[in-house]
Amino acid sequence: MPLEIVFPMTNEHELQLDLERQGVFLSTVNRFYNWGRRSSIWPMAFGLACCAIEMMAFGLSRYDVARFGAELFRASPRQADLMIVAGTVTKKMAPQVVRLYNQMAEPRYVISMGACATSGGPFRDGYNVLRGIDLLVPVDVYVPGCPPRPEALLHALITLQDQIDRQKLGRVRWYGQGAKPQTTDFPVPTFGAQGLEIDGHLVDPVGGLPLVSSYTAPEFGEMKSGRLEHPEIVRHFPIMDPSVELEHPLKARGMAPEIAADDLKRGEVGNAEA
Amino acid sequence: MPRLDAAELRERMARDLPGAVLEVVPLQVAAAPPHGPQPGAFMTSDTLVAPSRLVEAACYLRDLLGYAYLSDIAVVDYLADDLFELVYRFYHVEGGEGLTLKVRIPRDHPEVPSLTPAWPGANFHEREAFDLYGIVFVGHPFLRRIYMWDEFEGFPMRKDFPKQGDKYIGADE
Ligand code: SF4
Repeated sequence: MPLEIVFPMTNEHELQLDLERQGVFLSTVNRFYNWGRRSSIWPMAFGLACCAIEMMAFGLSRYDVARFGAELFRASPRQADLMIVAGTVTKKMAPQVVRLYNQMAEPRYVISMGACATSGGPFRDGYNVLRGIDLLVPVDVYVPGCPPRPEALLHALITLQDQIDRQKLGRVRWYGQGAKPQTTDFPVPTFGAQGLEIDGHLVDPVGGLPLVSSYTAPEFGEMKSGRLEHPEIVRHFPIMDPSVELEHPLKARGMAPEIAADDLKRGEVGNAEA
Repeated sequence: MPRLDAAELRERMARDLPGAVLEVVPLQVAAAPPHGPQPGAFMTSDTLVAPSRLVEAACYLRDLLGYAYLSDIAVVDYLADDLFELVYRFYHVEGGEGLTLKVRIPRDHPEVPSLTPAWPGANFHEREAFDLYGIVFVGHPFLRRIYMWDEFEGFPMRKDFPKQGDKYIGADE
């Protein structure tokens, strides 16, 4: 009986796995190279806030990230492949985070762990917290949660390994080839009178909305998205603005309608014009 | 364990440091809403001292009463009353409840004598209050920012500090 091999037309990677299961070992440079990288991701020992506690649990015996080949936390960015941004990135720390990222050897990956690193989290409306590390460096995997459980971080690592498996050697940005060559360092913000600056321009004012767009995920090109965070909305916060009526700490008029509509606690809030 | 409550401290200080203790004027902060946590005027029995007598009062607490640990200096911005209230909390190292000294200073001229020369542990607390609220501690040996970067202008914990971009984005509004 002839052996019938069905080639699923999904992609090269699936095809290879399928062949392997049937005893045919085929490889490509891509596959071999990706296998090497995905099997020994060395994270940088770098924690910023409470999320770092969960990251330690993820590295230690109970959750044991060694099962996935990423147990070697390195204390130097020069020896690390993966930066787990574990915690609140304050504006004061942001330049150091970018500097460390720039110092990591390529290929390098970023996991944004927790609500804080992803968006500013509970401190988003504060004056001192960067609203998402993706404003400054591209992020491969985002982990939601405050803090995410170690399992969630393991899942993020597995997701990252999956993404590495799909990378094409000739198209990753760090070899200066393809659609998104990256030949220079990511700009490191500097401290200015009103907030973080890049090349002398204010990019993230203290107490204000960021004036730069975030980097998109690798699936979407890892480029600046060009979309500012709600440039058109002027938000009112009752404590700052005497013109806003304050009926109740959670019930102020003049909240941006999008925020009001999204927020279960502020169901009955009207908008500024109303 | 020392047992001295706020009212007692007030009495003793009024007796031992004549002129230092001020009468507490109720603040005009907006009345709490009926369903809020604390209806009625907000007043505590803590000792309000004259800013010029602060160092003396603190040393009295430390040297005579033994409250040697200055736990923190909090600043409250009473925007409606146009004043800052500095809250110094002291603890006795043997335990027991803490005691509080309060100082009120005008918002437009926020100056208060520094405790640091007499009490080195106040150093970082005072720098923090300077950094975030712009309180000037006269006589502090090294009054510069501690959390924010040196280049920064403004005092972000003040209630009139703009937030959510209303200073830099949509300034016309
Ligand atoms: S996301 Fe939550 S747990 Fe993580 S650093 Fe922020 S506040 Fe802490």
